Amino acid sequence: MPENSAAILKADHLGRSVGTRILVEDINFEVPAGRVLAIAGPSGSGKTSLLRLLNRLDEPTAGTVYFEGFDYRAIAARELRRKIGLVTQRPFLFPGTVADNLRFGPAQRGESISVQNIDELLRRVGLEGYSSRTVTNLSGGEAQRVSFARTLANSPSVLLLDEPTSALDEESRVGVEAVIRNTVVDSNLTCVLVTHDMSQAVRLAQSALVLDSGRVARYGLITEVLHAY
Amino acid sequence: MLTRLFHSQLELGLAQAAAAFITAFAVVIFGRRRGIHLERETLIAMLRGIVQIVAVGFVLLALLQAPNWSSGFLLAGMIVAAGSISARRAKGIPGAFRISVTAVALGAGSVIAFMSGLGVINAAITSLVPVGSMLIANAMNTNGLALNRLRSDIIGKVGEIETALALGADAKTSVAPYMQASLESSLIPAIDSLRSLGIVWIPGLMAGMLLSGSRPIYAAIYQFVVLAMIFAASGLTAMISTLLVRKRIFSPADQLILRADAA
Repeated sequence: MPENSAAILKADHLGRSVGTRILVEDINFEVPAGRVLAIAGPSGSGKTSLLRLLNRLDEPTAGTVYFEGFDYRAIAARELRRKIGLVTQRPFLFPGTVADNLRFGPAQRGESISVQNIDELLRRVGLEGYSSRTVTNLSGGEAQRVSFARTLANSPSVLLLDEPTSALDEESRVGVEAVIRNTVVDSNLTCVLVTHDMSQAVRLAQSALVLDSGRVARYGLITEVLHAY
Repeated sequence: MLTRLFHSQLELGLAQAAAAFITAFAVVIFGRRRGIHLERETLIAMLRGIVQIVAVGFVLLALLQAPNWSSGFLLAGMIVAAGSISARRAKGIPGAFRISVTAVALGAGSVIAFMSGLGVINAAITSLVPVGSMLIANAMNTNGLALNRLRSDIIGKVGEIETALALGADAKTSVAPYMQASLESSLIPAIDSLRSLGIVWIPGLMAGMLLSGSRPIYAAIYQFVVLAMIFAASGLTAMISTLLVRKRIFSPADQLILRADAA
């Protein structure tokens, strides 16, 4: 591992297979607090499968993940998922307003989120004044920003981003990438970013892991990994 | 006229069947003159119909002589068959057969037992089995509709469900909108039956009671009783089966394990 600071997230011989099909196998990496790790690789290489294991949406069939030094199977799944937030490739927004979506996560713990906090989250993702809009009237880029803010409303320690710009047009992609830079990189939020765009990985991440057929092909500092290509 | 000629009920029945047969076949002959050829098909259908329904008559004859406690076995057999048939609508849901049998047994079975205990359903086998079978059959249909809708909703909304889970929701919350939709849609036929009672249709049970000499007002009230029991049995069955399905499609760590490729 290239960095020396303590890892907040560590995959230890992590693997998952379904029947005879191996999705990911023997994955090892560490993400220090405040750093961004990019996971790259061709389609079908296991990027999304790996990300789903990191917040335990799927169960590993080999190895485990350590979160803040603890085997994550010892942490209640709901609490783990709050702390390791996920932004999916497609923003699946719930029916209702933008504010309703932002309230969803905290409400699961019996907490409420103030109007000021909602406005602040929307300001961070560049959607000031969108609070009372219904989600059906949003563009793809706006919906992805709401999805981003909704995950941030849970105050996660680690953010998992699954190709958050791949379904967007160029203008929206630039906007969402700016949001990632502002909210993750500049705020020192720990992040694992799945992307097929190596130039995006260079812009946002300090280290990279390249997957090929479910196994680690390269892992190291972003510049080292990039040199290999 | 026939009632004057035939004094035995069996002879009268055969004569009435012959009259109905001749009338039906006259329509076929009339159709033949218009170029519609249904003779063979109609003849086979009518012969088959009379054989089947007389066979059912023999079964009912045996039931009339059977002790009341044997209705429990008959209803239990019907529940297993109903569970098996409605489970086919839940392809891909793990344990669908067991879930369906349990739901129909607890849903329809408890309504039958409770209403029999109250005296709403006569405990005599000739009353308990037909009325009980109506409750079980309707519970079966509702269960099949509920499971089918729930399965297709969950497979179509995996993204939304997993988004909710990823935000810290539990399994119950993540599928709550789809559970509600499946329950509501499965109960539409039962609700519409109650709503349209007497306006759009006069159900067979009421017609049968009138034919057997019951007073029209009592026959009408009892028909409502049966439909209300059907609604209760169907609703309870669908609630139980969807709850049991929810337990089977999530892992203990609230991971959705039902996938389109498994269904």
